[in-house]
Amino acid sequence: MAPSEHELRLRDRLNRLRSVPLLGGAKLSVELERLQRQLDRIGQEPTGDEIWRSVELARHPERPYTLDYVEALLDDWFELHGDRGSADDGAMVTGLGKLDGRTVALVGQQKGRDIQERTRRQFGMPYPEGYRKAIRVFELAGLHGFPVISLVDTPGAYPGVAAEQHGQGGAIAMSQAAMARLPVPAVACVIGEGGSGGAIAIALADRVLMQENAIYSVISPEGCAAILWRDAGEAKKAAAAFKPDAAHCLELGVIDAIVPEPEGGAHTNHPEAARLLGESLREQLDELADVPGDELRRRRRAKFRSLGVFA
Amino acid sequence: MAKIDVSIETEDKPAPPPKHPNTCPSCHSHYRDDELQRAQWVCAQCGHHFPMRARARIASLVDEGSFYEESGDLHSEDPLHFFDLRPYAERLAEAEMSTGLADAIVIGQGSIEGRGCELAVMDFAFMGGSMGSVVGEKFSRACDSATERGVPLIAVTSSGGARMQEGILSLMQLPKTVCAVEDLHDAGQAFIVVMSHPTTAGVLASFASMGDILLAEPGALIAFTGPRVVEQTTREKLPDDFGLAEQNLRFGHLDAILERRLIRPTLGRLLRLFA
Repeated sequence: MAPSEHELRLRDRLNRLRSVPLLGGAKLSVELERLQRQLDRIGQEPTGDEIWRSVELARHPERPYTLDYVEALLDDWFELHGDRGSADDGAMVTGLGKLDGRTVALVGQQKGRDIQERTRRQFGMPYPEGYRKAIRVFELAGLHGFPVISLVDTPGAYPGVAAEQHGQGGAIAMSQAAMARLPVPAVACVIGEGGSGGAIAIALADRVLMQENAIYSVISPEGCAAILWRDAGEAKKAAAAFKPDAAHCLELGVIDAIVPEPEGGAHTNHPEAARLLGESLREQLDELADVPGDELRRRRRAKFRSLGVFA
Repeated sequence: MAKIDVSIETEDKPAPPPKHPNTCPSCHSHYRDDELQRAQWVCAQCGHHFPMRARARIASLVDEGSFYEESGDLHSEDPLHFFDLRPYAERLAEAEMSTGLADAIVIGQGSIEGRGCELAVMDFAFMGGSMGSVVGEKFSRACDSATERGVPLIAVTSSGGARMQEGILSLMQLPKTVCAVEDLHDAGQAFIVVMSHPTTAGVLASFASMGDILLAEPGALIAFTGPRVVEQTTREKLPDDFGLAEQNLRFGHLDAILERRLIRPTLGRLLRLFA
């Protein structure tokens, strides 16, 4: 396969970084290592088995969730509740906190650790009220100039009668629109499952990252298998066909970078996973910090409007 | 003659089609082609709205001879070399042959009751009206064309959702079309959406919900998740009109439900109001 535009960009960046005289030392070498690792992954096409391993790790019950990262990375965390209309959706966590002394607004889905919490949080599947809560916090961030961090971890938006009656489709569209209007930097990272519309609702960001073993897809492997193979048991085949793993998403230009995980997956070492994520988030926010709001918005829209393959 | 597989890929499959496409699924009246065409594919007995092909829809809306198609030759590539039971490339070729369209949307310029507008009309017959890269790109171009010409954009939607065969790139057509509408709005142009049966999943969760005015045809399924999936995953008992246009109107998600014959005059009135 010819090198993608993305691969060329990465190579270019790698070469430029290599030629920089090592003043800052450690930080730069970490960045070099990270880029090299991404290029290595592009070079080798993940196999169906490797893709399925990502699916399993992305759903691992011990994997760190949004609130684990909040606790590890943010100081002075203050959680914001409710959509100011009718409900406080437990599947969508929002709040303000300090990342290295700067106030950020954080939005993310939360799955829940035990059965009580999972039920309370609908297994990380937000209702329209959850997306309206996110919209309110996006607007608050824009008003006060707080950068936005969004952590994506959902099997999808909640598929229920009330969710439909309350306007699930419209809420997901409006949440994307709220992000398209943001006059502040926004960085999204898929930290587990990036399930379809429920995920993209909070991922229309200036920079989109994915953890090494996260998945990002248009439909769940089981859903795709049920429709195209007429058998949900063919999920592994479906995943191999639509390629929801980080390496493929990077190759297609859907994400900007892969965030490394500790050896064996994020669940094996929560503090290390948080440290690696924190490093990537800081780096991206630093790069965006001085870009004026109008310019951020223009570039963000141009980036998403360029996605797709046609002739 | 070889039997052609007419299976349609949608995130949620609508009810199986009746035995003959000209038989009304609700009252079983049967019509000749020319009868249906004259009645704009609406059952004269019970008012059921049959699906309408994109070109017929455009002809029913615009002033005669005013339509000029844009980007008609845009074709989908197969970025994932997707293969389920059959290769995606083969499904595309077959859809193109059976519909005479290059993909599931037709865009272009036209006028309605003498006022210029841009149109983006979807066609369910092309792979369930699913949105992949071409649908996203053409819709996005329609927004730009409306902006350049300083006219409102009218979209008629009919879609099962994002096209699975293009994987994550299909999901990216949601933010892509949302950004296109935001640019259109920043340029001060109006966006009017007419939802026909079915308007679901990824299309409902993106540009279809972003109209300044949201209209729908009677009985159209308008849902992010269709009734079958909701029932299977939640075991909830579904209300009779679950997900239909009528329920959406009652819950405040639509401005109006319009019989097909009223759509053109209503669009004419709205174009005057937004002028």
